[in-house]
Amino acid sequence: MNEIENIVKEMFKKYGKSRTALIPVLQSIIRKKRFLSDEDIVEVAKLFDLSSAEVYGVASFYSFLDIKPRGKYVIRICKTISCEMKGSKEIIESIKKMLKINLNETTKDNKFSLLTTNCLGWCHKGPAMLINEDVYYDLTPEKVAEIIEFYKNK
Amino acid sequence: MKSDKVINKVDLIFRKSESDEISVIKRVLEKKPIDIINNIIDSGLRGRGGAGFPTGLKWKLAYEQNSTVKYVICNADEGEPGTFKDREILDVVPQKVLAGMAICAYCIGAKKGYIYLRGEYFFLANKLEEIIENFNQKLKTIGLDFEIQLYLGSGAYVCGEETALFESLEGKRGEPRNKPPFPTSVGFLNKPTVINNVETLVYAYIITDIGPNEFKKYGTKDSRGSKVFSISGDTPKPGIYELELGMTVEDFVKEFGDGDTKAVQIGGCSGKCVPRKDFATTIIGFEGIPTGGSMMLFNSSRSMYNVLHNFLEFFCEESCGQCTPCRVGYQQLLKGIEAVKKGERPASYLEELKKLALTMKVSSKCGLGQSAANPFISIVDNFKEEMIY
Repeated sequence: MNEIENIVKEMFKKYGKSRTALIPVLQSIIRKKRFLSDEDIVEVAKLFDLSSAEVYGVASFYSFLDIKPRGKYVIRICKTISCEMKGSKEIIESIKKMLKINLNETTKDNKFSLLTTNCLGWCHKGPAMLINEDVYYDLTPEKVAEIIEFYKNK
Repeated sequence: MKSDKVINKVDLIFRKSESDEISVIKRVLEKKPIDIINNIIDSGLRGRGGAGFPTGLKWKLAYEQNSTVKYVICNADEGEPGTFKDREILDVVPQKVLAGMAICAYCIGAKKGYIYLRGEYFFLANKLEEIIENFNQKLKTIGLDFEIQLYLGSGAYVCGEETALFESLEGKRGEPRNKPPFPTSVGFLNKPTVINNVETLVYAYIITDIGPNEFKKYGTKDSRGSKVFSISGDTPKPGIYELELGMTVEDFVKEFGDGDTKAVQIGGCSGKCVPRKDFATTIIGFEGIPTGGSMMLFNSSRSMYNVLHNFLEFFCEESCGQCTPCRVGYQQLLKGIEAVKKGERPASYLEELKKLALTMKVSSKCGLGQSAANPFISIVDNFKEEMIY
C-alpha cells in the first residue's frame, strides 16, 4: 500500500469513512510533504470517490493546504497590523537577505519557503511566525537569524 | 470631567474551580435539561465570539428540536486579528471548555461534539487530544453518552463563521450558507447543532457551577458578566485580561494606554475604530460596541491609513469569493483608498466608497462582507486627513 492509501485508511479510522475525513487527509499529506501535488489530489479523489476537481477545489480554498511546491520548512510571517506595528516587515526583510529569496519563493536547495500569513493569534508578543507547525514570537532580526540557522542544520 | 472609575478585573475563567468538572456534570445529570437551560437564560450570558446571541436561548432552540441526532460544536477557529484569548483558555483551562460542551450536550440531547481548532494552533493539538480522550472516558463512567473529537482548521478566517465552519467540518470549501435556516435547526450534517465560542462554553460551565447570580453581579443590564479581552498594539501591558463588561473606552485607555492613545480598534478588523474624542462616551459592551475581545491600541505615531490598508488587504485575502459584494467590494475599497492617497481621485471619492461599504453591509451573505462598513466608515470619518494627505 502506498503512502496516501495509508493516510486515508488511518483517517477513515479516526474520523469515519466519509467526507469529513477529507481535510484531515490533506492536512496529513501536507505535514509529510509540505504540498499537494496533482498526483496526490487525483489519488485522494479516487479513494474518496470524488472528482479530482472537487478535491482540488477544497485544497485550493485553504491557505495551509498548499498546492504549489514548497520547501521542507515553510516560514509564514504574520502580517497583521499588531505584528506590523512591532516590526514584522523588518523580520521579513532580514529573512529575505538570509535566505536570498523573495516572498513566496523557495530556496534552491528546497529547504525553505518564505510566505506571509494572516493573524496567528500572538498579537501581544509580535512579531510572530510559523515554521511548519511550530510557533515563534517576540521576534527580533537576531533571534530570527538564530532560528533559521537551527533549521538549516536540522 | 474625568471619571475616577477603576477597571474591574475579574477572575472567573482562569481560576481553579472549587469543584472538579466531572462532579459538576454529575450534579447536572440529576437535574432536568430545561432547568439547566433556564439557568443560563437567567444569567443573561451572550455569545463571547462577537455576535452576542443569547446562549441560553440558543440551547433552548436546539433542545426543542425533535431529532435523534444533534451536535455540540466548540468554535475555536479564533481568527479575528487581535484575538488570542481562546488559545489561552484552551491551553490553561481546557477541562472547563469540555465540561461546557458536555453540559450543553446533556441539555439538548447530543451524543457527539467537535472542537474546531484553527490550524495556527496546531501546537495545542496533541495535548488537547489527550485531555479529550481522558475526558471522554470519564463521561462514560458517569453515564453520559457524549464524545468529543478534535478537528483542525487549515488557515481560513471565514471558517470562524458558523455555517462555513460546518462546511469545513464536512470536508468542503469553507463557504458560508444562507441563514435561515439557523444552526439550531439545520447545522452540521444538516442536524440541529449548538455552536458556541470557547469562552462562551466556559462561562456556561461556570454559571452552571456557581449559579447565575454570581455571574450577574458583574456587568450591566445589556452586557451581563465579564469577558476575556485580548489587548495588543501600543500598550505597555499587552496580554489577556478578564474584565467586567460595560466600561467606557476612556476607563480602558486609562488602564491600558501608553499615555498617547489616539484610537482603539474594538473587535478586530471587522470591528469599529473609536477616536480619542469619543473615548468617554463609548461603552464596551452590547449597549455600545460589542466585541469578541480584540482591543488594539494605536498611538499618535501610527498612520490610520496604514491601519485601514492592512485591514482591507486582510479582507481581500480572506473573502471566500462566493458572493460578489464581498469579493469585489473589498478590492474596490482597497483600490479606492490607494487612489485617493495618491491623488488620482478627489477626496470626495471617499464618500462613494462609504456608500459601497454600506451596500456590502446589506448585500453580503455573511458577516465577513457585512462588516466592511464598521472599520471603513469609522476610520475614514474620524481620520479623513490621514486618508488624503
